[in-house]
Amino acid sequence: MSELNVSVTGGSVADDVSGRYIVREHHPEQGTLLGFWLYLMSDCLIFASLFATYAVQGRSYAGGPTGAELFELPLIALNTAFLLVSSLTFGFAMIAAQAKNLGKTRMWLAVTGVLGLAFLCVEIYEFQHLIHMGAGPQRSGFLTAFFALVGTHGLHVTFGIIWLVTLFFQLGKHGLNTDNFRRLSCLSLFWHFLDLIWIFVFTFVYLMGVLP
Amino acid sequence: MSDHHDHGHHGHDVHVTHYSAKDYMIGFALSAILTIIPFWLVMGNVLAPETTKWVILAFAGVQLIVQMMYFLHLNSKAEGGWNMMALILTLVILVIVMAGSIWVMHHMNTNMMPGMGPNSTHDMT
Repeated sequence: MSELNVSVTGGSVADDVSGRYIVREHHPEQGTLLGFWLYLMSDCLIFASLFATYAVQGRSYAGGPTGAELFELPLIALNTAFLLVSSLTFGFAMIAAQAKNLGKTRMWLAVTGVLGLAFLCVEIYEFQHLIHMGAGPQRSGFLTAFFALVGTHGLHVTFGIIWLVTLFFQLGKHGLNTDNFRRLSCLSLFWHFLDLIWIFVFTFVYLMGVLP
Repeated sequence: MSDHHDHGHHGHDVHVTHYSAKDYMIGFALSAILTIIPFWLVMGNVLAPETTKWVILAFAGVQLIVQMMYFLHLNSKAEGGWNMMALILTLVILVIVMAGSIWVMHHMNTNMMPGMGPNSTHDMT
């Protein structure tokens, strides 16, 4: 802002400009959402590098099991359904929050949380099953990249659920005030973002991994 | 949301996301279709593997756009256009990282390790 003030000291046209810039700064709520969006973009780059790693290492089996032998597509389809439906139920929670309906918001949040938990349980079962079969992250380059990518996504879901449970109780205590609505909006972005990343996980890792 | 001041009639600047059930239902229905088809293509061995690969990647790309429109409510006006700008910058970096890594590593495999890369016989004529 100081630079702007220096440049606007002489002249009425510049006064007009400074007025416009000050108007822009009066939206703290949008500021938070933009900042959170920037965080998500940085997160996106983390996933990009993990996807790039998988793209490079995805066929380095080192004589170990291949994706076609390991992946169980029906299980992945089930998991995809859990995550997609949870995105929809989070949408319902946002609609209820917009209508200032606290009970319904918390109900849909709870449903979303349960679906997220179901997703996580299937993923943990899958990981545990793979490790049990001797296909752990140390087996080959392919499995290292696989566990790093899918595990990072799973960790994101885990933190999303922790955030969701926290917000569930916050809403119970303080209701749908401006702060909680802002937090809900951020979590909404985060949750939909996880679903978005999963599109590429199931396409790139599982479906293409099964193809010869 | 109700504490928005209307500064100097800049109504078109103030973009407040409106969450509508219709948007979510459309987004969900499209996403479901765009998910089921790739799974069906792969599990049912409908097309040749090479074709399938490109088709399911295309489906993923379309679903990405669908979810961004209907779930993330992203458009050129969200947060005064900065969301879109940040997204475009991210996509540029993302393409450089992905394409660069795959390109460099592919050439490393074929040129530095003859006989070990998947396409080495093809390239070493």
